[in-house]
Amino acid sequence: MQRIYHWGKNLLMGLAIMLPATAWAAGEKATNIVVVADTRRVTGILKYFSDLYNTNVVMSAVWAVVLTVAIGCFLGFIMDFIMERSGLDLHSRKIIEH
Amino acid sequence: MDASWLYMYMPIAGVDIFWPGLVLIGYSVGVIGGFFGMGGAWMVTPGLNILGFPMAFAIGTDIAHIAGKSMISTIRHSKFGNVDYKLGFIMVIGTMIGIECGAQLVMWLERLGQIGPVVRWVYVVFLLLIAVMVFSDYAKARQKKKAGEVAGEKGVEGFTWYKTLHKINIPPMMHFKTSGIYCSAWLPISVSFTTGVLAGFLGIGGGLLRMPALIYFIGTPTHVAVGTDLFEVMISGLYGAFTYTLKGRIELVAVFVMLTGAAIGAQIGTVATKYAKGYGIRLAFGAAVLCCMISIILKQFKYELPAAVLILSTIGIICIYIMIIMFKGAANELREKKAREAMATKA
Repeated sequence: MQRIYHWGKNLLMGLAIMLPATAWAAGEKATNIVVVADTRRVTGILKYFSDLYNTNVVMSAVWAVVLTVAIGCFLGFIMDFIMERSGLDLHSRKIIEH
Repeated sequence: MDASWLYMYMPIAGVDIFWPGLVLIGYSVGVIGGFFGMGGAWMVTPGLNILGFPMAFAIGTDIAHIAGKSMISTIRHSKFGNVDYKLGFIMVIGTMIGIECGAQLVMWLERLGQIGPVVRWVYVVFLLLIAVMVFSDYAKARQKKKAGEVAGEKGVEGFTWYKTLHKINIPPMMHFKTSGIYCSAWLPISVSFTTGVLAGFLGIGGGLLRMPALIYFIGTPTHVAVGTDLFEVMISGLYGAFTYTLKGRIELVAVFVMLTGAAIGAQIGTVATKYAKGYGIRLAFGAAVLCCMISIILKQFKYELPAAVLILSTIGIICIYIMIIMFKGAANELREKKAREAMATKA
């Protein structure tokens, strides 16, 4: 434990010294790019969400989270329903480390 | 033959993508993530990149997909009793604050200049530490077993650092029933904060760091560490999905296509944990971490193709290994069940 502590301390000190120095040395800064959805080749619901992304990005982000949760839950429960019919015991397990 | 139906147009990235490839990536990462309890960003991102996504879109799309996939795995793991929600919620606090601190640190360093290579090398060091820790823990446990040491509640263990950390008794002390541990609430908070800072700094979900931290520093059994970590990956993934959409780096269509594959894969990976031994999961995890580390080193030296080949073959091999565990285990269980039923009818 003592040895790991000293090792970790040295590593962190090394990083603290190295990181800013390397960053300074590297130069070149990142630039921000604005990305716009191309709505010319999409129709229906895809067009709706692409338009929404172009006009109201915050609403689009909220939709991204809501839809990810909804689809994740939907697929999770559907697969759960199917797996329950496999005949396997899916409610208990033994924890065996070795 | 017209194969255009195999391609989908991604309006934000502006590229046509081979959608069966997306399903396959989703499936493979679902299997691996469900088994190891991690998001698997290091596997998805190069895969998406190979399919034609620009790197920035690959990262964002991958994060949203990870959130959905972790949700599917968490649902299954919670039925096995592998998710310690109390521990998960407490750790989420530390993780969120940690990720934000890590991200701020990166932004501060970015203002000074390009820090990409530095971040990569720090990542390599941590992956190496994790791999060394996992393998030496296994070696130590075997050594102890050979020496005839009496097994504890969890069998013979290699490193038991968590026992020392459990001695810290700064209130509030908490009992985590599912994990079977009693410790200061500050222990999971500080462990999650530290892994969060690292995750934010390295720009990863953090499952790769949190899963071993849960085992070695907090003392959760391997199976519970997997389930609880997935729960956390799900929450941080949703947060990531929100912020990356704001930055315009998510292709939601691709996320949903990948989730269809992940739904099946996550079930296989999660159910496989039932038939795997804790140390089996740890060793396979160590091997995956090692491959991830080598691929990053290769990338650092601009060997992009060998790095991608290594990652894809790692995914393939681990995926097959997990599927074998799952199907063998399931076949045995069904056979035994049948035999029991036959005995009961005879009697």
